[in-house]
Amino acid sequence: MIEQLLTDLTIFVLAIFIGYEIISKVPVILHTPLMSGTNAIHGIVLVGAMLVAGTPEGPLVTALGFVAVVLGTINVVGGFLVTDRMLRMFAGKTPGGR
Amino acid sequence: MSLPHLPPNVIRAVYLLASVLFIIGIKQLSSPKSARNGNLLASVGMLLAIVATLLDRQILSYGTIAAGIVVGGLIGTVAASRVAMTAMPQMVALFNGSGGGAAAIVSSLEYLRFARAGLPVPPVSGVTILVGALIGAVSFTGSIVAFGKLQGLVTERAVTYPLQKPINFILFIAIVAASAWLVVAGRTDVMVYAWFAAAALLFGVLFVIPIGGGDMPVVISLLNSFTGLATAATGFSLHNHVLIISGTLVGASGTLLTYLMCKAMNRPITNVLFGAFGAVVKGTGAAGAARAGAMAGKGVREVSVEDTATILAYARSVIVIPGYGLAVAQAQHSVRELADVLKSRGVDVKYAIHPVAGRMPGHMNVLLAEANVPYQELYDLDAINPEFERADVALIIGANDVVNPAARSDPSSPIYGMPILDADKAKHIIILKRSMKPGFAGIENELFYNPKAMMLFGDAKDTVSKVVHAVKTV
Repeated sequence: MIEQLLTDLTIFVLAIFIGYEIISKVPVILHTPLMSGTNAIHGIVLVGAMLVAGTPEGPLVTALGFVAVVLGTINVVGGFLVTDRMLRMFAGKTPGGR
Repeated sequence: MSLPHLPPNVIRAVYLLASVLFIIGIKQLSSPKSARNGNLLASVGMLLAIVATLLDRQILSYGTIAAGIVVGGLIGTVAASRVAMTAMPQMVALFNGSGGGAAAIVSSLEYLRFARAGLPVPPVSGVTILVGALIGAVSFTGSIVAFGKLQGLVTERAVTYPLQKPINFILFIAIVAASAWLVVAGRTDVMVYAWFAAAALLFGVLFVIPIGGGDMPVVISLLNSFTGLATAATGFSLHNHVLIISGTLVGASGTLLTYLMCKAMNRPITNVLFGAFGAVVKGTGAAGAARAGAMAGKGVREVSVEDTATILAYARSVIVIPGYGLAVAQAQHSVRELADVLKSRGVDVKYAIHPVAGRMPGHMNVLLAEANVPYQELYDLDAINPEFERADVALIIGANDVVNPAARSDPSSPIYGMPILDADKAKHIIILKRSMKPGFAGIENELFYNPKAMMLFGDAKDTVSKVVHAVKTV
C-alpha cells in the first residue's frame, strides 16, 4: 500500500518538474494552442473512464460510466481537432519564422 | 463480443510510450514550426493509450465503452470543426469541463465500488477519490459557467450578492467536514458522498460567477490545470501511471500558463479570482471622480470614413492595434485587405499585439493568422511601444482596456499597473468602436478624450471595408 503510494508520488513529483520545464519557454503567440493542446491531453482521463465503464455492476454504474466515456471522448477528440485547426493556420506561411 | 487481452506489462509499456509522446508533443508545441507535429504526436500517444486500455483484461464488456466513444467522438468532431475561431476560448472551456466531469465521475465510481463491495475505503484511496471528485466537479461546473459568460448566456459582469463571502465560506467548511467524515469514518456512506459531490458542483458555480468576463481566459487556464490535477488524482485511485503523468503535466503547465497570463496583466491571481474585478467601477477615490468629471465635460471627436481613408493613405507608418471587437466583428480579413492597399501605396503597416488582446493569450495571433497576416508584421508589446512615437497613425480596432492610459497614471484604476500599448504617443489616434460602451474591465478610457484622438463609430468589419474602398479612391 505505502510502497504503491510512494511509487505514484515519485512519478507525480517528477512530472510536475517536467510539466514546468517543457512549457516555460513557449512564445506568447502559441499560448492559445498550447492551452488547447494540453487540454486535449488531460482527456487521458478517458482511459480511467473506460476502465470503470468496462466493469459493469448494475444500471447506475453503467449509466455513469457511459457519461464518463462520452465526456472523456469529447475532451480528447474535440481538443486535438480544435488545436490542429488553430495550428494549421500557423503552418506553411512563415518562411524562416520570426 | 470479446477482444484478445494484452498482458498487463505490455499495457504499462504502451502507457509509458504514450507518456513520452505527450511530453515530446507539448515540447514541440512551443515552436510555431513544430507545433502542429507536436499536437499530432500527442494524439498518436492518446490513440495508443486508448487501444491498449481496450485490450486490458479488466475490461469485461465493450458495449458501454463503444457507445460512449461513438457519441463523444461525434459531438467532439462536430463541435471542433464548426466552432468559429473567435469562439475558441469558450470551446476550450467546454472541452475542459468535459474532462473535469469525466474525472469526477471516475472518482465517484471508485467510491461506489467500495460501497457495493461493502469494503471500508482505505484512507489513502479516500483522499485521492475525494480530491479527484472535488477538483473535477469544480472544473466541470466552473467551465460551464465560464462558457456561459463568454457565449453571453450568463452576464459577463462579476456577479455579487449579499452574504457572498459567508455563503462561500460555509460551503467550503461543509465540503471539508464531509471529506473528513468520509475519510475517517472507516465505512462507506453513499448518502454523505452524494451531498459532498453536490456541494462540490455548487462550489464550481459560485467560484466562477463572481469573476468578470474579461478575466475568463485566466479562469479557463486555471480550470485547465484543475482538470489536469483531477485526472492525476484518478490516476492515484486507479494506480494508473499514464493518468498520473499526463494529468500532472497539464496541471503543472496550466498553473504556469495561468501565472504568465496574470503577469501580462500585472495582477496577482488572488485579485483576479477574488477581486470582483468586472463590476463597474464607480469613481473609485477622489482621483477617479475628478477624472470622470473631466471626461464628462469633454466630448469626443468623430471622424468620417473618408477622412480616415485620407489620413491613412497619406501616412508613412500605421500601427494597427486589434482588440476583441475586431474578432467579434470577424473583421480580421477586412483589416488585412486594408493593410494590403496601404502597403501598395508605400505605407508601412505593423500590428501591435497586446499579451491579453482577444480573450486568451495568443488568441489575436490565431485570428490574424487565419486572415493570412504575415507573422513578421506582428509585434509584441515591448517591441512596438518605442515605435509609437514615430508612427503617424495608431489605428485601434475594437481594443479598449489595452490602450487605456489610466493603467499608467491612475493608481485608483483597477487596471493600474497593467502594461499597455502606448497608442497615445502616435501623431494621430483613430479609434474604431461600435459605441462609447466601456471595455471588459468596465472602466472609462480617457484616451478617447485625447485631443489627438478621433472616433470612427460602426461595426468593425463593415467600417473597415468602407475605409478600404475609400482608400482605393483617394
